[in-house]
Amino acid sequence: MINWMEIVVQGVLLGGLYALFAAGLSLIFGVMRLVNLAHGDLIVFGAYAILMLVTLLGLHPFAAAAVAAPLMFALGWMLQRFVLNRTLGEDILPPLLVTFGLSIALQNALLEGFSADSRRINAGALETASLALGPMSVGVMPLLTFASAVAAIFLLNQLFYRTELGRAFRAVSDDAATASLMGVKPERIFAAAAGISMIVVTLAALYLGMRANFDPTIGPARLVYAFEAVIIGGLGSFWGTLLGGVIIGVAQTVGAAVNPEWQILAGHIAFLIVLALRPRGLLPRVEQ
Amino acid sequence: MTHRVETGTPLSRRFAFAVCGLLLVAIVLPAFVGRSVIQDLFFILTMLALAQWWNLLAGFGGMVSVGQQAFVGIGAYAMFAVVILFGMDPVPALLVAGFAALLLAIPTGFFVFRLQGAYFAIGTWVIAEVARLSVAQWKQLGGGTGTSLPRAATKDIWGVDVVKNLFDVKTSAARDILSYWLALLLAVLTIAAIYALLRSRRGLALAAIRDNAEAAMAVGVNAKAIKWSAYLTAAFGTGLVGGLIYMQKARISPDAAFSVLDWTAYVIFIVVIGGIGTLEGPIVGVLIFFVLQSLLADYGSGYLMALGIIGIVVMLFAPRGVWGLFSEHAGVQLFPVGRRLFFIDTEKEEKNHG
Repeated sequence: MINWMEIVVQGVLLGGLYALFAAGLSLIFGVMRLVNLAHGDLIVFGAYAILMLVTLLGLHPFAAAAVAAPLMFALGWMLQRFVLNRTLGEDILPPLLVTFGLSIALQNALLEGFSADSRRINAGALETASLALGPMSVGVMPLLTFASAVAAIFLLNQLFYRTELGRAFRAVSDDAATASLMGVKPERIFAAAAGISMIVVTLAALYLGMRANFDPTIGPARLVYAFEAVIIGGLGSFWGTLLGGVIIGVAQTVGAAVNPEWQILAGHIAFLIVLALRPRGLLPRVEQ
Repeated sequence: MTHRVETGTPLSRRFAFAVCGLLLVAIVLPAFVGRSVIQDLFFILTMLALAQWWNLLAGFGGMVSVGQQAFVGIGAYAMFAVVILFGMDPVPALLVAGFAALLLAIPTGFFVFRLQGAYFAIGTWVIAEVARLSVAQWKQLGGGTGTSLPRAATKDIWGVDVVKNLFDVKTSAARDILSYWLALLLAVLTIAAIYALLRSRRGLALAAIRDNAEAAMAVGVNAKAIKWSAYLTAAFGTGLVGGLIYMQKARISPDAAFSVLDWTAYVIFIVVIGGIGTLEGPIVGVLIFFVLQSLLADYGSGYLMALGIIGIVVMLFAPRGVWGLFSEHAGVQLFPVGRRLFFIDTEKEEKNHG
């Protein structure tokens, strides 16, 4: 007897992880209409960075992520400032092809550095801890992931709509040329957005690495889940991205319950169904 | 005063003669070179054809697909299916490969065309993943582990006996020669078809949509229909190439046939480094790629890392690729597609006639 309730709850919590993958992508798209095809590989890179800090310095994974976050911010900032800003413009080919090249380069650099062996960030007792929620028991790790996703989405929304930087984000997003007349420097704003997105990437990387094994080749699949969550939710909507992640997560766990081979396929099919019925996503904000 | 519009140049016309000569050499080549050279040329020609189809979408149509492996894979699997399940000969089954890819492109087009720009790219990738995961469920064709063409089918492929007697070689070598000729035919037809398309009104419309969709539609271009036809044509061509590649390999698995690295990343690299948006670019690109591959492929991931970085550097500093740099410098176009306007002095014309 399959307990559907439990499967759906697992799916919702898994969706938190996908929302974390997607939140950084959503921010970048919202600010500069850039789709970074290396996003998934950057998440995997982050997981390796945290793993290194854990194994070399003996830090707790959460402390390691806190150390990695500013480094990842700097990496994102520089990547945007010195590479990706050069590609932005009317033509969509350069940013796509440059980030695709980056994806291939990063993936293989990780293979060179860490081999194809799968790794895991050891989180000790946290990995197996669980909470009794009524009749079912839920893992602490998935709960923590989901809570982090909700917190990250909430903070991104606050940043976007309540702060001066957020106002600059929205200004360059609407019209970079006009914003620059008002003294906002789009290149700097873009770099800041890329840096912040890398902080979210670090958080995603932390949970990716603690929850399951990872290896250098899994980046592109994470990019695809993230992308599906962003599209399902509606471009430019952070809460929509969370909803999108949850839909993919539930579709995957339900699919897996029916037939383990259908897990990934079910997620993709849910995405295609939403795309067919609501091409602009469930909670659209940005005019395409 | 009247005018005429030309696309050809004196050089391009002389180049056309040179190509005919080169083709004759290529056709008789198996008589003079060994099997490994033929296999290398097969690789070059099939990658060239894939690159030209991707370039039609991205370079001329502005539709960046990261999911062309869907059509390679479905074409190859369709070919295997009709050979294994219905005992069809692999050569005519190549047409089935093309039509299978076309059939896949029709429903998937409805999804991906709902996505704009960069999201189109990842949309095509999702489609390819769905196709890969679905094919992996097809137990009659080996499921996730794949299958081989039965010996009975590979032994007497149409024409293999003729090739065997002609060159006095073994069956496997004869199959390679046959595959090479088909690849040559396919590459030439691909380039000819795309060149003809670009020189036609539809090609002009395609470029107009890429450059400014609103302006193109304002002067009466049916953007949707043109994009659809480019997408479907590229799918058909890519499926044919996919079928041919796996006819030569004679062994298939979902991970290999739907590999984003082999059938899309390499192809993008070839087009970018050679020169995107030109017919010459992929030709130059595939030669550079082949040289890099033969020199450096042993370094595995280090080699791929280098390819990625070269791609980034070219895109940032020479976005029109090696051919673009050369063409700009030397003012040479071998496949001119730009229209040039000539005013004809009618008096002079009359004098000439008189």
